[in-house]
Amino acid sequence: MVHLFKRLGYNVAVDTASASVHVLDDVAYEAVSLYGKTEREEIKSALKERFGVSDAEAEDCLSDIDSLVAEGKLFSEDKFRPDVDALAKRSPVVKALCLHVAHTCNLDCEYCFASQGKYHGERALMSFEVGKRAIDFLIENSGSRHNLEVDFFGGEPLMNFGVVKQIVAYAREREAECGKHFRFTLTTNGMLVDDDVIEFSNREMDNVVMSLDGRKEVNDRFRKTVGGVGSFDVIVPKFRKFAAARGEREYYIRGTFTHLNPDFMKDIDVMLDLGFDRLSMEPVVAPQDSPYALTEEDKAVIEEQYELLAERMIKREEEGRPFVFYHYMLDLEHGPCIYKRISGCGSGTEYMAVTPTGELYPCHQFVGEKEFLMGNVFDGISENGEKVRADFKRCNAYSKPECDECWARLYCSGGCAANAWHATGDVNGVYAYGCDLFRCRMECAIAVKAAEAVRGDAE
Amino acid sequence: MKRIISLNTRNLETSKKDGGCGECQTSCQSACKTSCGVANQKCEKSAK
Repeated sequence: MVHLFKRLGYNVAVDTASASVHVLDDVAYEAVSLYGKTEREEIKSALKERFGVSDAEAEDCLSDIDSLVAEGKLFSEDKFRPDVDALAKRSPVVKALCLHVAHTCNLDCEYCFASQGKYHGERALMSFEVGKRAIDFLIENSGSRHNLEVDFFGGEPLMNFGVVKQIVAYAREREAECGKHFRFTLTTNGMLVDDDVIEFSNREMDNVVMSLDGRKEVNDRFRKTVGGVGSFDVIVPKFRKFAAARGEREYYIRGTFTHLNPDFMKDIDVMLDLGFDRLSMEPVVAPQDSPYALTEEDKAVIEEQYELLAERMIKREEEGRPFVFYHYMLDLEHGPCIYKRISGCGSGTEYMAVTPTGELYPCHQFVGEKEFLMGNVFDGISENGEKVRADFKRCNAYSKPECDECWARLYCSGGCAANAWHATGDVNGVYAYGCDLFRCRMECAIAVKAAEAVRGDAE
Repeated sequence: MKRIISLNTRNLETSKKDGGCGECQTSCQSACKTSCGVANQKCEKSAK
């Protein structure tokens, strides 16, 4: 399958199975669009008539396409489906945990998928005993994996910062004896960030994710205290100090956009104006009947924003003021292998979430949904957990008929199981709205790469 | 090629042989948490 599209003035062909990407001029774009569907002489006639090229030029163009086809870089056959079976037979290895160290929060964000940190349950803080056992569980179940990941999540993890420090210290203690390396991430709303948090995080956290929605009025509409006071004025100075102190270390300012701000480029611009240069902006996860759920009418606005974002990236790169947008960080040359591209995020298999009491769920978005309870860190995977794991193992780029027709299946691996479950009641379903946004994001991200290639600084 | 610029991309067929080590980052462990994209993940085969 070849996907042809035009974005930001670039003509692009993506070969789905080989993941090859080609930037085309108008003649080649037309030629590829007709290739294989029309007789060669007819294609040449069409090119001559439409673009005024000579017969030799038309033939040269078609010859170049022939070469790419012969090299398996255009119209290549997808031979990876059988590899899904090999993946399913691999013994389960856990390599990443999302530790819910605090099922409580000092903000009361109405749109929070975690129900203000409580995940449909009681407020709770993880004890060091549970956290320590979670680290042991991860080491014991990680097989030969060297790099292990732990995200401190909530609720608001800094409401249990003492235990975060203890867990990190314990994991570091065990690294050498086990031959493992821990990578820690902190996801925070910023309210409790202080010098101690910054110093500790810069020493121990590979990544820090800071939640900010952009414009003050947008941020404060949802991200406010229980008393109803917006968080913007409190968190922005803290995040600026935190981000500056990160230096070369990774961080992201992560926002959520909803039906109430589909024009999220205005929020991205606020983030940029505040000096942040590592950004992420995600569509809200919300029930379809909520007033802030994204609508069909929003889609055109959102797609326009993704294009504007790509344009802004290209412009600022050329001005020597580059910034990073998480979903546009395609690594075409050194990116994921085919196994990663098929199997995706690993929720319920390689990746699990741990509640304050030590319960295991397939990922943070399923926490509190009892049918997905997989066991706990003390007793391991339960009988139900094995069934859940088997279901999640089947979620991949080749498990859904809709994906067979989609050019982007090896960019998303079949999509987010939680989004699918929310939209269809089946973890192996398809969240079609999310797919539309994802394809748009990927086209724009590839267009940024096209710009780099044309400019001559690609890879 | 006069009319086509091919970007440097990883050969996925070859990656069947040299991939699959599982050392790469779990995609949702970063700035995401609500969707699934893998194309922006780095290969970390040598990161042992």
